[in-house]
Amino acid sequence: MIEVEGLTKRYGRKLAVDHLSFQVRPGVVTGFLGPNGAGKSTTMRMMLDLDNPTSGSVRIDGRMYHELADPLKHIGALLEAKAMHGGRTAYNNLLCLAQSNRIPRQRVDQVLDMVGLTAVAKRKSKGFSLGMGQRLGIASALLGDPEILMFDEPVNGLDPEGIHWIRTLMKALAAEGRTVFVSSHLMSEMALTADHLIVIGQGRLLANTSMADFIQQNSRSFARVRTPQPEQLRDALRGAGLAATETDNGTFEVEGSETEALGELAATHRITLHELSAQRASLEEAFMQMTAEAVEYHAHAGPGEGAPPAGPVPGQVPAGQGAPGAGQAQGPARGQQPPAPQTWGQDWNQGQDQRSKGA
Amino acid sequence: MSSVPAVLESEWTKIRTVSSTTWTLALAFITTAGLGAVATSLINPGAHFDPTFISFSGMTLGQLAMVVFGVLVVGSEYSSGMIRTSLAAVPRRATFLFGKIGVAGLLALVVGLVTGFITFFLGQALLGDDGTTLGAPNVLRAVIGSGLYMCLIAVFSMGVTAMLRSNMLSLGILMPFFFLVSNILSAVPKAKDVARYFPDQAGSKILQVVPNAQGSTDVPYGPWAGFAIMAAWVVAALLGGYLVLRKRDA
Repeated sequence: MIEVEGLTKRYGRKLAVDHLSFQVRPGVVTGFLGPNGAGKSTTMRMMLDLDNPTSGSVRIDGRMYHELADPLKHIGALLEAKAMHGGRTAYNNLLCLAQSNRIPRQRVDQVLDMVGLTAVAKRKSKGFSLGMGQRLGIASALLGDPEILMFDEPVNGLDPEGIHWIRTLMKALAAEGRTVFVSSHLMSEMALTADHLIVIGQGRLLANTSMADFIQQNSRSFARVRTPQPEQLRDALRGAGLAATETDNGTFEVEGSETEALGELAATHRITLHELSAQRASLEEAFMQMTAEAVEYHAHAGPGEGAPPAGPVPGQVPAGQGAPGAGQAQGPARGQQPPAPQTWGQDWNQGQDQRSKGA
Repeated sequence: MSSVPAVLESEWTKIRTVSSTTWTLALAFITTAGLGAVATSLINPGAHFDPTFISFSGMTLGQLAMVVFGVLVVGSEYSSGMIRTSLAAVPRRATFLFGKIGVAGLLALVVGLVTGFITFFLGQALLGDDGTTLGAPNVLRAVIGSGLYMCLIAVFSMGVTAMLRSNMLSLGILMPFFFLVSNILSAVPKAKDVARYFPDQAGSKILQVVPNAQGSTDVPYGPWAGFAIMAAWVVAALLGGYLVLRKRDA
């Protein structure tokens, strides 16, 4: 169990983490989701006592991190691949970690075997590929057989086999009753592994919910209908009082109706259909909507537009639905943004102003 | 609390499993003993002749290898990114830093003492009749002092690197300082009044047996007082390194 309470980290005038409070419970995989620069890694480093929080606290099994006698036996973390000395062999890198926490030497062989690095145990880790480095990092996290495991973007740089392996591993660890906390900026990745979701944007908590609820609430379902007689279908839909958007010539997205009812409606009006299918907007879209206001760096359609991110996002829900603090007055642009084309960093400044008002 | 013996064992494993330890310490030995042998073979005994001090002539360069050893022991944690893994394992900053420096400093002391004695005996053998013996007044102090001096040079470098958190920056400052700046300033009038309180200038007085050995300038402190000045520098560097490690984000 990890308890984060009012965690805040300020770098100069920039709030990287803004009064985050949440708990990570055992027995499930908890996804820690946010766009790049949302403060995920900073939060994780503070959880490990590597960075000093500006305010707030983190408790690991009810204790402060530095109070843990042998921390690796409580919590294991993969922060970045290759956080090891390249001139040392994989085995020796793990051995010195094991010794510092009074973990028996045999455990080093065990974890190397678990991550599939036994064959290269005596090789210097600087020759490792990104995937091998990632596995070595995971081995170091598993070293103390901890009840809590933390992975920062573990699938980065892994091949499909490696990605599958790590997903299975995380689920297995959670099934053993351990606390598994994994960060990602990819919703699709989280959808496959996480049971619970904590979403942050610009350091603030945007959602803390079960995966099932998140999907329920955030993914828009609709029916897609394609016809060679768009005029007739448009009239029929209007007649039935159904909202429809025509995405392409002859293709409609209809909300609030089942495919059965639509098929019958088309039959009644003798309209030929080439396609009738139930659709679900991807979770990626839901995530983008939620964090649209909190994305640190993204491209805008044009200057002065406090609008959703450019990109193929059909059926955009009005901005400000998911994210607290959205739709507030937009402050004057600060001269702080990085020199970038167009209006990059506009939202970043917007958030900045909101925060400095509150501070 | 992290267990201190466990941390010491871990740090010893770290030191013995990287190749830089072997080559820096070997280089310190070879340079000090080798250049000492060259100097003792070439010297003509004159005024203020100090057979002990002359045998340690190689120390000027040999200490640079000790600087590299000290810098790499601490700095490689930062250059490799290992520091985060290490601090997650040993979150108590004092236990981590002083455990590491304790182990590395002890190793530097052992290598320094071995180097000191071998260099001394080699030099005296080459000096032949002009040489001295360990039994002569103050000679043993100077020979043991050479080991202590090498150890403190390494530990000072570790403290500075803990403050600067970078191999390149630390080497870029320490190497020219010990090789050039300190030596040049100690030869410049006025500047030498300050330079004689530099760690290497003050500490190296412990290597001298004869006052004003080999034409060195007069200083207002004795060999042990000079060594104490150097030790004060080392303590300051360690304290600075500890404070930086404690305050700054890893």
